[in-house]
Amino acid sequence: MELSHLSKSFGSLTAVDDIDLSIRPGEVVAFLGPNGAGKTTTIDMLLGLSRPDEGSVEVFGMSPRRAVSRGLVSSVMQTGGLLDDLTVRETVAYTSAVFASSLDVDVVLERAGITTIADSVVKKCSGGQKQRLRFAMALLPDPALIVLDEPTTGMDVTGRRDFWHEMRADAMHGRTILFATHYLEEADEFADRVILVAKGRIVADGPAHEIRAMASAKTVSATLPLHDAETSRDADLRTLLGGLAGVESVEVHGRRLTMRTTDSDWAARTLFDNACTDLEISSHSLEDAFISLTSKGA
Amino acid sequence: MTGPTVASATTFLNSLDQRRPPKFGGFSATLLRLEFVRKLRNRRTVIFTMVMPAVFYLIFGLTNRGQMLGDTDAALYISVSLATYGAMVATTTGGAQVAVERALGWSRQLALTPLHPAASILTKVLVSMFLGALSVLVVFVLTALTGVRAPLGTMVVCGVLVVLGSSVFAAFGVMLGYLLPAENAIQLSSMVLGVLSLIGGLFVPLDVWPHTLQTIARFTPAYGAGEIARAPLGGGYDQWAVVNVLVWLVLFTVGSAWALREDTARV
Repeated sequence: MELSHLSKSFGSLTAVDDIDLSIRPGEVVAFLGPNGAGKTTTIDMLLGLSRPDEGSVEVFGMSPRRAVSRGLVSSVMQTGGLLDDLTVRETVAYTSAVFASSLDVDVVLERAGITTIADSVVKKCSGGQKQRLRFAMALLPDPALIVLDEPTTGMDVTGRRDFWHEMRADAMHGRTILFATHYLEEADEFADRVILVAKGRIVADGPAHEIRAMASAKTVSATLPLHDAETSRDADLRTLLGGLAGVESVEVHGRRLTMRTTDSDWAARTLFDNACTDLEISSHSLEDAFISLTSKGA
Repeated sequence: MTGPTVASATTFLNSLDQRRPPKFGGFSATLLRLEFVRKLRNRRTVIFTMVMPAVFYLIFGLTNRGQMLGDTDAALYISVSLATYGAMVATTTGGAQVAVERALGWSRQLALTPLHPAASILTKVLVSMFLGALSVLVVFVLTALTGVRAPLGTMVVCGVLVVLGSSVFAAFGVMLGYLLPAENAIQLSSMVLGVLSLIGGLFVPLDVWPHTLQTIARFTPAYGAGEIARAPLGGGYDQWAVVNVLVWLVLFTVGSAWALREDTARV
């Protein structure tokens, strides 16, 4: 799967801004970002639901629409409606009939865990059951790439675990899985690779633990001790702090020093040992991490 | 990763080259069957297309048996007119359904499958026309059972003309479906049809209306469809009805195509 220079705007809002991305078969990739980061817009273009303003999307060497029509790509969308007056089994049979080749309806119902409600009318299904039904429909073509937009919303803990257990087993057999989420934990737990998006740009891309480290950095600030005309000691301290493990940045404004680090304890101890005062440690939400990563990228 | 897993992954990835899109854009018998099942499950549809024309026939048609409307038996005239109404309701609501389902997001779900929008709409139109044909059958069988006789051949030709004429209203339905708010597009379009049928001579002969309304009525779509459907009965017909139907067909088709194109931009 290749996205190159992908951009899309809605009016004056740039939803996706020059995204380049390449995903290999069998990867489990999380598309992580806050709401409004451009995840869904990117996914829509990847599935051929909307056209990019600029750039191109290629899936298995063809256009998204062609890949979808060959059953190579399927997706579970949060917003897709279902027909209220069909039963669960009929809905799956309807979708199955549309593909040139499709898995057996009963097999898919079993895998999605909805065999017991197969004869219920869709109107009477709960939100979670409908989500499973959409999942069953996405499994029908035995797709090589499955795209999931916030797949476990509304599922309980057990449901989530079972769901991801199934997904991981599929990935072992060569299926590529791309899922969008705004939960760091979910990306961390289930993805091989995490792509962090914010304001329509990719701000980080790597194994889950690297991204987690970025997001777990804290800000430590302190007031520097006063010295008489010995400014070189400030510089020495900055060098010392900059060399500590886990430190990402050190800045000084006036007498106030601010640093970002993943090991705030060690930084604090060092600051104390060097006679710094008014120590403050603040942790970042994921939201903050996104913001700091975006501003760094710009 | 273990050996067998790698092997199965390779087999899986190699098999992808053999994937093909479906024939006929995904059009299939299963879709026709399931869409028909949905129609029959919808009580409102069954009432408006089957029960109502039949009941109206018993009330208005049967009571006028033996009377003449021009050169035509009044009961036959009413029977064919009501069959036309039934078939029109079937295709109009079927068309409106297309727009409603898009609004509900079902089309977005379908956009993730190989089903071509044209194949999807064709399925719905064919099923609606089939439902319309059933409506015609119900009214005509009832007509025969109540002792109003007409040559079988004539009734078959009438029936075919009714169903063909009703196809005009499938496009009308699609267009209406987009113009009206999605929640009650179906009910509103049934009401629009009711008014058109009343003016257009499907419920009462045109002669009962004041002169001006009669003139206006000749330009409305239900008039054309009814006039053509009744032509085989031998009472003579207005040649302009053919022009009427063709012009409306063009207008509705262009209108619905425009509405669909506007809409696909945002699936």
